[in-house]
Formats: sequence, structure tokens, C-alpha cells
Amino acid sequence: MIINHPHLGPRDAAEFTILGDADLLKRPDWQAGNADYAFYHYLYLRDNPAGLHRELWFHECGDRSWLIVTRDTVTHAVLDVALARDVALSSKKPKVGKGARAAKKARTKKPAKGCIAEDSPK
Amino acid sequence: MSSIHPLKLFPVKKVFFFPLIFVTVTLVVECSVAGVDMRYSIWSIVNQALKGNRGWTPVWREPEPKLHYDIVIIGGGGHGLATAFYLASRYGMTNIAVLEKGWIGSGNIGRNTTIVRSNYLLDGNEPFYEQSLKLWEGLEKDLNYNAMMSQRGIINLYHSDAQRDAFIRRGNAMRLHGADAKLLNKNELQKMCSFLDFENARFPIMGGLLQPRAGTARHDAVAWGYARGADQRGVDIIQNCEVTDFIIKNGTCTGVRTSRGKIQADKIGVAVAGSTSRVMAKAGLRLPIESHVLQAFVSEGLKPVIPGVITFGAGHFYISQSDKGGLVFGGDIDGYNSYAQRGNLPVFEDVCEGGMAIMPMIGRARVLRNWGGIMDMSMDGSPIIDKTPIAQLYLNAGWCYGGFKATPASGLCFAHLLARGEPHKVATKLRLDRFQRGAMLDERGAGAQPNLH
Ligand SMILES: Cc1cc2nc3c(=O)[nH]c(=O)nc-3n(C[C@H](O)[C@H](O)[C@H](O)COP(=O)(O)OP(=O)(O)OC[C@H]3O[C@@H](n4cnc5c(N)ncnc54)[C@H](O)[C@@H]3O)c2cc1C
Repeated sequence: MIINHPHLGPRDAAEFTILGDADLLKRPDWQAGNADYAFYHYLYLRDNPAGLHRELWFHECGDRSWLIVTRDTVTHAVLDVALARDVALSSKKPKVGKGARAAKKARTKKPAKGCIAEDSPK
Repeated sequence: MSSIHPLKLFPVKKVFFFPLIFVTVTLVVECSVAGVDMRYSIWSIVNQALKGNRGWTPVWREPEPKLHYDIVIIGGGGHGLATAFYLASRYGMTNIAVLEKGWIGSGNIGRNTTIVRSNYLLDGNEPFYEQSLKLWEGLEKDLNYNAMMSQRGIINLYHSDAQRDAFIRRGNAMRLHGADAKLLNKNELQKMCSFLDFENARFPIMGGLLQPRAGTARHDAVAWGYARGADQRGVDIIQNCEVTDFIIKNGTCTGVRTSRGKIQADKIGVAVAGSTSRVMAKAGLRLPIESHVLQAFVSEGLKPVIPGVITFGAGHFYISQSDKGGLVFGGDIDGYNSYAQRGNLPVFEDVCEGGMAIMPMIGRARVLRNWGGIMDMSMDGSPIIDKTPIAQLYLNAGWCYGGFKATPASGLCFAHLLARGEPHKVATKLRLDRFQRGAMLDERGAGAQPNLH
């Protein structure tokens, strides 16, 4: 896989490490009333789609920047790359790239229902 | 017949030399005239040899799906087939269908590196895997099918004092649960595996944890044996039948929609390994699972050189030698989410480097084939066999890359859960809600990440 780094151009994926779903940027509020439930979702549950997936990659052997890569998990094609910093800073106004838009479309199809009802754990 | 393996070199058990003809008998087949009820014997082989092998008949039926079953199992991999077999053979339930979107053995059951072991640490895991190993030991008798189960042992190498201490702890945990474990020091290990690079400057080999009863089995034969056994007891194995949706009414699952029509069932069990998130999303569930690709590699055939299974303790590499002589090896998952059933070269290189670090002798063997399979990586590295929040819908998943060894116990425990509605006694901790309750089964103590096993 080749990742087209916004600053450095096309780089081999072996220079990077992956952290996982880009939703990890959306850390829940630890002081909210339902923080334990929100953190259970944040830490453990995943959409894990077959198709477009937005994910966090770290350029460990390069400029050590964090990227958001939009990738197809069925073909391994890399469709869009953005600096995670830019995405996080503009998170109120979601970045509308080609891949980001497609990924958003793919994501909204998924029901975001938890696998366990939102009552307190038994 | 677990003791027929001719390559069995570990001096942990006596090697039995069966006359060649006897080995042949266990490998081969008698074809009874009765169509699909194929039996294996020397007579049928001779008979077939004389007739140009044109008289073999299919080993299981290809029935049309019925409109209703007591239990429908989704996924005709090792776990789905084993579940059907134990439901029929131990729980007396036979109105069962196994729905497989491709063909039997097209998934991970036909892609793994065939290692069977029960060398786990935690209370929630070790009894389950030891139960599995016991079932492996009787599997060929249960199925009347040669799964080529070969208990040639596994050695986990250790490279530091701390790692040795951790292995002592693990070995003791295994023994407390009735499994076998033996700590080998450097001298003992040298006698068994003189070819290891003991003086490696970076990762000197100090010894290993041996489980003599571990070994390998023929993965395809395991699928075929379970399929035949289930079919003979009346289970319908329906291939080319993809489940596309669940029929859920008022929180109760009453059936499935498939590429071959609607099928109603009292209970539905899902055992689709790497496709778990995709399939369960159809029921509106999000799971603590990511799908990742794991690669495997096979070299050209060589004379017997690797006595059992050997794993590297400082990098990720494991190796055994198949009965045909090929070195079968693998390492870590590629690390990114994937449904592609193929990996990339950097991991290939990393795996080979791991091999060279412990046994440089394999450096000149040529790799013939490599492939990938999609793993259902759970967030604590342990599996799930449980009910779901949807009534009558049951889940078997999260096998990471260790689900082959689990096949018999997974089938038995899932069958128990489906038949009795309560967990089998060795699977009580494999719960879906353990992540929310904070009761993870994390062998490595690594925290929430989808790369454990
Ligand atoms: C390269 C590699 C090496 C491995 N090495 C080992 C090892 O040495 N030891 C070990 O213990 N484990 C190992 N494993 C893990 C082990 O193979 C798996 O954990 C185990 O096989 C998974 O269970 P299964 O056999 O039921 O899966 P599978 O054989 O994958 O069965 C799942 C089935 O579900 C079907 N399916 C999916 N979606 C649908 C649908 N919608 N409708 C109908 N059917 C569907 C699939 O087609 C598939 O046949 C390895 C895996 C790989 C890939």
C-alpha cells in the first residue's frame, strides 16, 4: 500500500503504524453522566465496515505526523489522505474531501445501535 | 489415531511404527455402495484403484433448503460444522441447517497453519482450550475420519529471565487445569532442536516451554470430517447460500433471508469468523471486533527437519513442517482492517526475518505459496460464545488467529448453548458483555486492542 502523504508525497505504508478507526479522535466527555457507557463504546465497539474506512495512521519512520487515511478495506485502495490535525481542528465544520464524503455516506448507513442496551451493566 | 505421524521426532512419547499398510488403511477409503454414506477402508481403495478411481461419490448431500429448521447455523467453517455435528451427535438435534455462502472450507478453516495447543494462562481460557485438546485427541474416533491429528508438541522459546518466569507461571496454570507442560532449559532444548541459533546476539535462546500433547492436524480434513459426520446424522449442509438479512420481530429473531430464499428457524447461531461484524450489522449490532488479514506461508517440500511446532518468543514467528515436507509458517497480522484475504509484502519480510533470527538453516528454502485469511480480532484477544441482545440469535466469534485449535470445543460449547440455552461449563467467561462489565479475558494484559490472540 502507498499512502499519499499531504506534505511528503507517496510513501510506503511500511513507514507508518496504524491506530484504527478515525472515530478515536472523538473522545467522549469523561465528566458526562453516561461517561462509562460512552467510553465502553469508544474503546471497544467498532463499525468494522467492508468498504470505505477512515483510519488513523502515524508516520513513525517519517515526519511523525498523524494522518487520516480513507481506505477501502476490500481492495486496500487508499482514496484520501489528510492531516489528522487539520481534521481535528475543523471537526465542527467537517472536511469535505472526495473520500471523506464517500466515507460519511457509507457510515451513515450503519445503525449506530449499541450491542447492549443502555441500562447499567448487570 | 493420533500416533501415526511418521515425522514425530520429539522424544516425549514413544514413536509407534505402524506397518505401512495400516497407515494406508487409516488414510483411505471404502466406498460403500450406498451413495453418500462413504466409508474408508483398504478394500475400497484397492477396488477404486482397479476402476481408475471413478467410483467415488460425494461425501455429503447437497439438499435444497427447507422452509423451517429447529436451528440454523450461519457459516460452514470449522466452527459452524462442528456445532452442527455436536448438536446432532451429543444433543440429539438433527433438524438443522448449516448455511455457507461459498463452499465448505473456503474460509479460515482451509487457510490456517493448523496448530493445535492448550497453553493458555487465564482461568476463563485454559479449561476451554484443554477441553478442546481432549476432543482433538478423540476426534478421529468420533468422526471415523482421519484428520491427521499429530501430537508432535509445541515449544515456545524464551529469550530472557523475565520471559522464562512468565512461562513458568503459564506452565503451572496449564498444569493446574490438567494440561501438560514442561519447562526446557537450554541443554534439553539443544538435544531436541540443535539447529536453533542459541547464541543469537540479540535474542539468545535460553530454553522453551514445551507442551508435548500439542501438535498439528489436517485442516481441510477437519472440515470434511465434521461435514460428513453432521450430514450422516441428518444435518443439511447448504453451500452457495449467503445470509443477507435477519428476520427480527419484536426483538426476536425468527429466521434469515438468504440468496436461496427465506428460511425460518427457532434458533439462529452465527459462526462466520472474519465476516462477523458484517453479518451482525444486519441485526443492528456493533461488536468489539475488527477484521484483519493474517498471512501464511509454505516452502517447498524438505526432508524432516522441524520436529514439532516452534514459536519465537521475541518476535512474531511460528513454524511447523507438514506431512508433505513443506515448512508451514506465519507471524503477525498485517495490522490494518481488511476483508481482502491477501496481505502485503512488509509483513512477509518481517515474518521471514523472525524465522532467520531463530533458525538460519531455513534461509535457503524457497517459499512456494502464501495467502491470507480474514480474522475476527476481538478487543481482548479472546473469543465470544454467547446469546445476543436479540432473542434466539446466538453468536460465536472473536477467534483472532487461534480459532483452529478451538474448533471442537467451540462447536461443543456453541451446541450446548443452542440446545440448552445456557453456557457450557468451560465457556462461562466467553461472554459478549464482558467488555462493558470490565471482565476482559486479556492473556497478554495489553488493554483494548485488536491485535491480540
Ligand atoms: C493464515 C492463518 C493461519 C492460522 N493459523 C492458526 C493456527 O495455527 N492455529 C489456530 O488455532 N488457528 C489458526 N488460525 C485461525 C483459525 O483458522 C480461525 O480462527 C478459525 O478457522 C475460524 O473459524 P471457522 O473455521 O469457523 O472460520 P471460517 O472457515 O472462516 O468459517 C466462516 C464461514 O462463514 C461463511 N460466511 C461468511 N459470511 C456468510 C454469510 N453472510 N452467509 C453464509 N455464510 C457466510 C464464510 O464463507 C466461511 O466459510 C489461522 C487463520 C489464518 C487465516
